[in-house]
Amino acid sequence: MNADERGWAVAGLCVVALGCAPLPARDEQGPLAGAGDAARGRAVFVAREGGHCVLCHAAPGVAVAGDVGPALGGIGSRLTPAQIRFRVVDITRVNPDAVMPAFHRTEGLSRVAAQHAGRPVLSAQQVEDVVAYLATLR
Amino acid sequence: MRALAALALCACAAAAAAPPRPEPPLPGTHFLGSDLKALQADDFANPGLLWVARGEALWSEGAKPCAACHGEAARSMRGAAARYPRFDAGLGRVVNLEGRIDACRTGRQGLPAFAPESPERLALAAFVARQSRGMPLAVSVDGPARPVFERGRDLYRTRIGQLNLACTHCHDERWGKTLLAEPISQGHPTAWPAYRVEWQTLGSLQRRLRACFFGVRAAMPDYGDGDLLALELYLAWRGEGLALESPGVRR
Repeated sequence: MNADERGWAVAGLCVVALGCAPLPARDEQGPLAGAGDAARGRAVFVAREGGHCVLCHAAPGVAVAGDVGPALGGIGSRLTPAQIRFRVVDITRVNPDAVMPAFHRTEGLSRVAAQHAGRPVLSAQQVEDVVAYLATLR
Repeated sequence: MRALAALALCACAAAAAAPPRPEPPLPGTHFLGSDLKALQADDFANPGLLWVARGEALWSEGAKPCAACHGEAARSMRGAAARYPRFDAGLGRVVNLEGRIDACRTGRQGLPAFAPESPERLALAAFVARQSRGMPLAVSVDGPARPVFERGRDLYRTRIGQLNLACTHCHDERWGKTLLAEPISQGHPTAWPAYRVEWQTLGSLQRRLRACFFGVRAAMPDYGDGDLLALELYLAWRGEGLALESPGVRR
Protein backbone atom coordinates (compact mmCIF):
# COMPACT_ATOMS: atom_id res chain seq x y z
CA MET A 1 0.00 0.00 0.00
CA ASN A 2 1.59 3.32 -1.02
CA ALA A 3 0.97 6.67 0.64
CA ASP A 4 -1.76 7.58 -1.81
CA GLU A 5 -3.56 4.30 -1.15
CA ARG A 6 -3.24 4.77 2.58
CA GLY A 7 -4.84 8.18 2.19
CA TRP A 8 -7.82 6.61 0.43
CA ALA A 9 -8.04 3.94 3.09
CA VAL A 10 -8.22 6.57 5.81
CA ALA A 11 -10.81 8.51 3.82
CA GLY A 12 -12.84 5.34 3.42
CA LEU A 13 -12.64 4.56 7.11
CA CYS A 14 -13.72 8.09 7.96
CA VAL A 15 -16.74 7.74 5.72
CA VAL A 16 -17.59 4.44 7.39
CA ALA A 17 -17.07 5.92 10.84
CA LEU A 18 -19.28 8.93 10.08
CA GLY A 19 -21.98 6.67 8.71
CA CYS A 20 -21.85 4.36 11.69
CA ALA A 21 -22.39 6.84 14.51
CA PRO A 22 -19.24 6.98 16.61
CA LEU A 23 -19.96 7.30 20.31
CA PRO A 24 -19.15 10.81 21.45
CA ALA A 25 -16.15 11.13 23.71
CA ARG A 26 -18.38 12.99 26.15
CA ASP A 27 -21.91 11.85 26.89
CA GLU A 28 -22.81 13.85 29.95
CA GLN A 29 -24.69 17.09 30.44
CA GLY A 30 -25.15 19.27 33.50
CA PRO A 31 -28.53 20.38 34.91
CA LEU A 32 -30.71 22.62 32.74
CA ALA A 33 -32.83 23.90 35.64
CA GLY A 34 -33.39 23.51 39.36
CA ALA A 35 -33.38 20.11 41.02
CA GLY A 36 -35.75 17.62 39.44
CA ASP A 37 -38.68 16.03 41.21
CA ALA A 38 -39.01 12.28 40.64
CA ALA A 39 -42.77 12.19 41.25
CA ARG A 40 -43.37 14.95 38.70
CA GLY A 41 -40.95 13.16 36.41
CA ARG A 42 -43.00 9.99 36.54
CA ALA A 43 -46.03 12.02 35.48
CA VAL A 44 -44.03 13.44 32.55
CA PHE A 45 -42.98 9.89 31.69
CA VAL A 46 -46.53 8.55 31.38
CA ALA A 47 -48.65 11.57 30.36
CA ARG A 48 -49.62 11.98 26.74
CA GLU A 49 -49.26 15.75 27.06
CA GLY A 50 -45.90 15.26 28.81
CA GLY A 51 -43.07 13.22 27.36
CA HIS A 52 -45.30 10.18 26.85
CA CYS A 53 -42.12 8.10 27.14
CA VAL A 54 -44.32 5.12 28.02
CA LEU A 55 -45.47 5.00 24.40
CA CYS A 56 -42.15 3.29 23.60
CA HIS A 57 -40.48 2.42 26.93
CA ALA A 58 -41.51 0.03 29.68
CA ALA A 59 -40.57 0.91 33.26
CA PRO A 60 -41.11 -0.81 36.62
CA GLY A 61 -44.58 -0.09 37.97
CA VAL A 62 -45.95 1.15 34.65
CA ALA A 63 -48.78 -1.17 33.65
CA VAL A 64 -49.05 -0.65 29.88
CA ALA A 65 -46.06 0.38 27.80
CA GLY A 66 -44.71 0.06 24.28
CA ASP A 67 -41.60 -1.84 23.26
CA VAL A 68 -40.17 0.34 20.49
CA GLY A 69 -37.40 1.49 22.82
CA PRO A 70 -35.58 -0.50 25.52
CA ALA A 71 -37.20 -1.17 28.90
CA LEU A 72 -35.78 1.30 31.38
CA GLY A 73 -35.71 -0.79 34.56
CA GLY A 74 -32.23 -0.39 36.05
CA ILE A 75 -31.35 2.64 33.89
CA GLY A 76 -30.42 4.55 37.06
CA SER A 77 -27.76 1.95 37.80
CA ARG A 78 -26.38 1.85 34.29
CA LEU A 79 -26.19 5.60 33.64
CA THR A 80 -25.49 8.65 35.76
CA PRO A 81 -28.08 11.46 35.86
CA ALA A 82 -25.75 13.51 33.63
CA GLN A 83 -25.67 10.68 31.08
CA ILE A 84 -29.45 10.23 31.22
CA ARG A 85 -29.91 13.98 30.72
CA PHE A 86 -27.53 13.95 27.74
CA ARG A 87 -29.72 11.29 26.08
CA VAL A 88 -33.10 12.80 26.94
CA VAL A 89 -32.10 16.24 25.63
CA ASP A 90 -30.94 14.91 22.25
CA ILE A 91 -30.47 11.18 21.73
CA THR A 92 -29.07 11.77 18.25
CA ARG A 93 -25.84 12.87 19.92
CA VAL A 94 -25.44 9.20 20.92
CA ASN A 95 -27.10 7.62 17.88
CA PRO A 96 -27.89 9.75 14.80
CA ASP A 97 -30.32 7.09 13.53
CA ALA A 98 -32.34 6.98 16.74
CA VAL A 99 -36.12 7.32 16.44
CA MET A 100 -36.47 8.78 19.91
CA PRO A 101 -37.28 12.48 19.61
CA ALA A 102 -34.77 15.02 20.87
CA PHE A 103 -36.82 16.20 23.83
CA HIS A 104 -35.07 19.50 24.42
CA ARG A 105 -33.87 20.67 21.04
CA THR A 106 -35.52 23.10 18.64
CA GLU A 107 -32.96 23.41 15.83
CA GLY A 108 -32.55 21.10 12.86
CA LEU A 109 -36.25 20.19 12.65
CA SER A 110 -38.48 20.62 9.62
CA ARG A 111 -42.19 21.23 9.07
CA VAL A 112 -42.90 21.66 12.77
CA ALA A 113 -46.57 22.48 13.40
CA ALA A 114 -47.10 26.17 14.23
CA GLN A 115 -48.25 25.47 17.78
CA HIS A 116 -45.00 23.63 18.53
CA ALA A 117 -42.56 25.75 16.50
CA GLY A 118 -39.57 27.00 18.43
CA ARG A 119 -40.55 25.01 21.51
CA PRO A 120 -38.86 21.87 22.76
CA VAL A 121 -41.01 18.81 23.53
CA LEU A 122 -40.08 19.09 27.20
CA SER A 123 -39.18 22.22 29.13
CA ALA A 124 -35.88 22.40 31.00
CA GLN A 125 -37.68 21.69 34.27
CA GLN A 126 -39.54 18.72 32.76
CA VAL A 127 -36.21 17.30 31.59
CA GLU A 128 -34.84 17.62 35.11
CA ASP A 129 -37.95 15.97 36.54
CA VAL A 130 -37.81 13.02 34.16
CA VAL A 131 -34.07 12.62 34.77
CA ALA A 132 -34.75 12.55 38.52
CA TYR A 133 -37.41 9.87 37.97
CA LEU A 134 -35.24 7.72 35.70
CA ALA A 135 -32.35 7.96 38.19
CA THR A 136 -34.61 6.21 40.74
CA LEU A 137 -34.98 3.16 38.47
CA ARG A 138 -32.18 1.09 39.91
CA MET B 1 -7.92 0.62 -1.68
CA ARG B 2 -9.65 3.17 -3.89
CA ALA B 3 -12.28 0.51 -4.58
CA LEU B 4 -12.81 -0.01 -0.87
CA ALA B 5 -13.25 3.70 -0.28
CA ALA B 6 -15.69 3.85 -3.17
CA LEU B 7 -17.54 0.89 -1.69
CA ALA B 8 -17.89 2.73 1.61
CA LEU B 9 -19.31 5.74 -0.24
CA CYS B 10 -21.68 3.48 -2.19
CA ALA B 11 -22.91 1.91 1.05
CA CYS B 12 -23.88 5.35 2.31
CA ALA B 13 -25.57 6.19 -1.00
CA ALA B 14 -27.54 2.93 -0.89
CA ALA B 15 -28.71 3.71 2.63
CA ALA B 16 -30.16 6.94 1.24
CA ALA B 17 -32.19 5.11 -1.46
CA ALA B 18 -35.79 3.93 -1.10
CA PRO B 19 -36.13 1.57 1.85
CA PRO B 20 -36.91 -2.03 0.95
CA ARG B 21 -40.54 -3.05 1.24
CA PRO B 22 -41.43 -5.00 4.39
CA GLU B 23 -41.21 -8.77 4.10
CA PRO B 24 -43.56 -10.48 4.21
CA PRO B 25 -46.04 -7.76 3.19
CA LEU B 26 -48.96 -7.73 5.63
CA PRO B 27 -52.14 -5.63 5.37
CA GLY B 28 -53.24 -3.47 8.28
CA THR B 29 -55.90 -6.04 9.09
CA HIS B 30 -53.14 -8.37 10.26
CA PHE B 31 -52.37 -5.96 13.11
CA LEU B 32 -55.99 -5.59 14.31
CA GLY B 33 -57.49 -7.31 17.32
CA SER B 34 -59.90 -10.15 16.65
CA ASP B 35 -62.94 -7.92 17.37
CA LEU B 36 -62.10 -5.38 14.65
CA LYS B 37 -61.06 -8.14 12.25
CA ALA B 38 -64.48 -9.71 12.72
CA LEU B 39 -66.21 -6.35 12.31
CA GLN B 40 -64.46 -5.73 8.99
CA ALA B 41 -65.17 -9.21 7.68
CA ASP B 42 -68.91 -9.15 8.41
CA ASP B 43 -70.83 -7.24 5.73
CA PHE B 44 -73.82 -6.92 8.04
CA ALA B 45 -71.75 -5.41 10.87
CA ASN B 46 -69.03 -3.44 9.04
CA PRO B 47 -70.13 0.22 9.40
CA GLY B 48 -68.38 1.08 6.11
CA LEU B 49 -71.09 -0.75 4.22
CA LEU B 50 -73.50 2.09 5.12
CA TRP B 51 -71.36 4.42 3.01
CA VAL B 52 -71.12 1.85 0.24
CA ALA B 53 -74.94 1.66 0.12
CA ARG B 54 -75.17 5.45 0.00
CA GLY B 55 -72.60 5.50 -2.80
CA GLU B 56 -74.55 2.93 -4.75
CA ALA B 57 -77.60 5.20 -4.60
CA LEU B 58 -75.56 8.26 -5.62
CA TRP B 59 -74.19 6.34 -8.60
CA SER B 60 -77.61 6.52 -10.27
CA GLU B 61 -78.88 9.84 -8.88
CA GLY B 62 -79.32 13.17 -10.66
CA ALA B 63 -79.83 14.41 -14.20
CA LYS B 64 -76.46 13.11 -15.40
CA PRO B 65 -75.63 10.26 -13.05
CA CYS B 66 -72.37 8.31 -13.00
CA ALA B 67 -74.31 5.39 -14.40
CA ALA B 68 -75.18 7.34 -17.57
CA CYS B 69 -71.55 7.04 -18.71
CA HIS B 70 -70.22 4.12 -16.67
CA GLY B 71 -73.21 1.81 -16.59
CA GLU B 72 -73.13 -0.92 -14.03
CA ALA B 73 -70.35 -0.23 -11.56
CA ALA B 74 -69.78 -3.91 -10.81
CA ARG B 75 -68.51 -4.22 -14.37
CA SER B 76 -67.11 -0.80 -15.27
CA MET B 77 -65.40 -0.05 -11.95
CA ARG B 78 -64.02 -3.51 -11.31
CA GLY B 79 -60.31 -3.11 -10.55
CA ALA B 80 -60.34 0.67 -11.03
CA ALA B 81 -59.53 1.58 -7.42
CA ALA B 82 -56.53 -0.78 -7.42
CA ARG B 83 -54.92 1.38 -10.11
CA TYR B 84 -55.22 4.73 -8.28
CA PRO B 85 -53.52 7.15 -7.83
CA ARG B 86 -52.68 7.30 -11.51
CA PHE B 87 -51.75 9.76 -14.23
CA ASP B 88 -54.90 10.94 -15.98
CA ALA B 89 -54.04 11.95 -19.53
CA GLY B 90 -57.20 14.03 -19.93
CA LEU B 91 -56.44 16.05 -16.82
CA GLY B 92 -52.69 16.07 -17.40
CA ARG B 93 -51.91 15.20 -13.78
CA VAL B 94 -51.85 12.40 -11.23
CA VAL B 95 -55.15 12.02 -9.34
CA ASN B 96 -56.36 9.72 -6.62
CA LEU B 97 -59.75 8.04 -6.73
CA GLU B 98 -61.52 10.91 -4.98
CA GLY B 99 -59.82 13.37 -7.31
CA ARG B 100 -61.06 11.41 -10.31
CA ILE B 101 -64.59 11.51 -8.91
CA ASP B 102 -64.26 15.29 -8.44
CA ALA B 103 -63.11 15.64 -12.05
CA CYS B 104 -66.17 13.72 -13.25
CA ARG B 105 -68.43 15.92 -11.12
CA THR B 106 -67.04 19.22 -12.36
CA GLY B 107 -66.07 18.20 -15.89
CA ARG B 108 -68.72 15.74 -17.05
CA GLN B 109 -71.66 16.28 -14.75
CA GLY B 110 -71.43 20.05 -14.45
CA LEU B 111 -71.73 19.82 -10.69
CA PRO B 112 -69.60 21.33 -7.92
CA ALA B 113 -66.91 19.05 -6.51
CA PHE B 114 -67.72 17.42 -3.19
CA ALA B 115 -65.97 18.86 -0.14
CA PRO B 116 -63.08 16.75 1.23
CA GLU B 117 -64.38 14.12 3.68
CA SER B 118 -68.00 14.97 2.86
CA PRO B 119 -70.31 11.99 3.28
CA GLU B 120 -71.10 11.97 -0.44
CA ARG B 121 -67.49 11.96 -1.57
CA LEU B 122 -66.61 9.20 0.88
CA ALA B 123 -69.72 7.23 -0.12
CA LEU B 124 -68.94 7.31 -3.84
CA ALA B 125 -65.27 6.51 -3.24
CA ALA B 126 -66.22 3.62 -0.94
CA PHE B 127 -68.72 2.30 -3.48
CA VAL B 128 -66.19 2.43 -6.31
CA ALA B 129 -63.42 0.96 -4.15
CA ARG B 130 -65.74 -1.84 -3.12
CA GLN B 131 -65.83 -3.00 -6.74
CA SER B 132 -62.12 -3.86 -6.39
CA ARG B 133 -62.32 -5.67 -3.09
CA GLY B 134 -59.88 -8.56 -3.05
CA MET B 135 -58.00 -7.30 -6.11
CA PRO B 136 -54.26 -6.59 -5.82
CA LEU B 137 -52.91 -3.04 -5.68
CA ALA B 138 -51.26 -2.35 -9.03
CA VAL B 139 -50.33 1.26 -9.71
CA SER B 140 -48.03 2.62 -12.39
CA VAL B 141 -45.17 4.81 -11.24
CA ASP B 142 -43.54 5.25 -14.62
CA GLY B 143 -43.76 8.02 -17.19
CA PRO B 144 -45.56 11.14 -16.04
CA ALA B 145 -46.33 9.58 -12.63
CA ARG B 146 -42.62 9.21 -11.86
CA PRO B 147 -41.97 12.66 -10.35
CA VAL B 148 -45.00 12.28 -8.06
CA PHE B 149 -43.81 8.83 -7.00
CA GLU B 150 -40.32 10.15 -6.25
CA ARG B 151 -41.72 13.03 -4.24
CA GLY B 152 -43.71 10.56 -2.14
CA ARG B 153 -40.76 8.21 -1.74
CA ASP B 154 -38.54 11.06 -0.57
CA LEU B 155 -41.09 12.47 1.83
CA TYR B 156 -41.69 8.97 3.24
CA ARG B 157 -38.16 8.91 4.58
CA THR B 158 -37.85 12.57 5.57
CA ARG B 159 -37.85 13.36 9.27
CA ILE B 160 -40.57 15.89 10.05
CA GLY B 161 -42.28 17.57 12.97
CA GLN B 162 -41.28 18.36 16.51
CA LEU B 163 -40.91 14.61 17.11
CA ASN B 164 -38.56 14.41 14.11
CA LEU B 165 -39.79 11.13 12.65
CA ALA B 166 -40.10 9.76 9.13
CA CYS B 167 -42.71 7.21 8.02
CA THR B 168 -39.95 4.70 7.39
CA HIS B 169 -38.81 4.69 11.02
CA CYS B 170 -42.02 3.06 12.20
CA HIS B 171 -43.51 1.34 9.18
CA ASP B 172 -40.37 -0.19 7.64
CA GLU B 173 -38.03 -0.57 10.58
CA ARG B 174 -40.34 -1.20 13.53
CA TRP B 175 -43.60 -2.72 12.34
CA GLY B 176 -44.89 -5.36 14.72
CA LYS B 177 -43.51 -3.55 17.77
CA THR B 178 -46.03 -1.82 19.99
CA LEU B 179 -46.78 1.79 20.89
CA LEU B 180 -48.39 1.43 24.30
CA ALA B 181 -50.47 -1.66 23.53
CA GLU B 182 -51.00 -1.04 19.80
CA PRO B 183 -48.90 -2.85 17.22
CA ILE B 184 -47.29 -0.73 14.51
CA SER B 185 -48.54 -1.75 11.06
CA GLN B 186 -46.59 -1.79 7.82
CA GLY B 187 -48.56 1.23 6.67
CA HIS B 188 -50.18 -0.29 3.59
CA PRO B 189 -53.11 1.65 2.11
CA THR B 190 -55.45 -1.26 1.33
CA ALA B 191 -58.38 -0.37 3.61
CA TRP B 192 -59.30 3.13 2.48
CA PRO B 193 -61.78 4.69 2.67
CA ALA B 194 -62.01 2.96 6.04
CA TYR B 195 -64.14 3.19 9.15
CA ARG B 196 -61.80 4.28 11.92
CA VAL B 197 -62.99 3.65 15.45
CA GLU B 198 -61.09 6.68 16.74
CA TRP B 199 -63.09 8.87 14.32
CA GLN B 200 -66.38 7.00 14.68
CA THR B 201 -66.84 7.52 10.95
CA LEU B 202 -65.50 6.66 7.52
CA GLY B 203 -62.46 8.60 6.35
CA SER B 204 -60.08 8.80 3.42
CA LEU B 205 -56.44 7.79 3.26
CA GLN B 206 -55.56 11.50 3.16
CA ARG B 207 -57.33 12.00 6.48
CA ARG B 208 -55.32 9.11 7.92
CA LEU B 209 -52.07 10.55 6.58
CA ARG B 210 -52.90 13.95 8.05
CA ALA B 211 -53.33 12.21 11.40
CA CYS B 212 -49.77 10.90 11.09
CA PHE B 213 -48.49 14.44 10.42
CA PHE B 214 -50.40 15.58 13.49
CA GLY B 215 -48.98 12.71 15.51
CA VAL B 216 -45.38 13.70 14.85
CA ARG B 217 -46.37 17.33 15.49
CA ALA B 218 -45.76 18.43 11.91
CA ALA B 219 -47.84 20.96 9.98
CA MET B 220 -50.70 19.05 8.34
CA PRO B 221 -50.93 19.44 4.55
CA ASP B 222 -54.34 20.51 3.26
CA TYR B 223 -56.59 17.92 1.67
CA GLY B 224 -55.58 17.51 -1.95
CA ASP B 225 -52.05 18.79 -1.27
CA GLY B 226 -49.36 17.42 -3.56
CA ASP B 227 -47.48 15.91 -0.63
CA LEU B 228 -50.46 13.78 0.39
CA LEU B 229 -51.11 12.67 -3.17
CA ALA B 230 -47.43 11.79 -3.60
CA LEU B 231 -47.46 9.76 -0.39
CA GLU B 232 -50.61 7.96 -1.55
CA LEU B 233 -48.92 6.95 -4.79
CA TYR B 234 -45.75 5.84 -3.04
CA LEU B 235 -47.73 3.79 -0.52
CA ALA B 236 -49.80 2.15 -3.26
CA TRP B 237 -46.59 1.17 -5.05
CA ARG B 238 -45.09 -0.06 -1.81
CA GLY B 239 -48.17 -2.21 -1.14
CA GLU B 240 -48.22 -3.67 -4.65
CA GLY B 241 -49.91 -7.05 -4.77
CA LEU B 242 -51.80 -6.67 -1.49
CA ALA B 243 -55.56 -7.09 -1.81
CA LEU B 244 -57.86 -4.07 -1.49
CA GLU B 245 -60.12 -4.36 1.56
CA SER B 246 -62.19 -1.17 1.44
CA PRO B 247 -64.28 -0.47 3.37
CA GLY B 248 -61.78 -1.53 6.02
CA VAL B 249 -62.12 -1.11 9.76
CA ARG B 250 -59.20 0.42 11.62
CA ARG B 251 -58.47 1.50 15.19
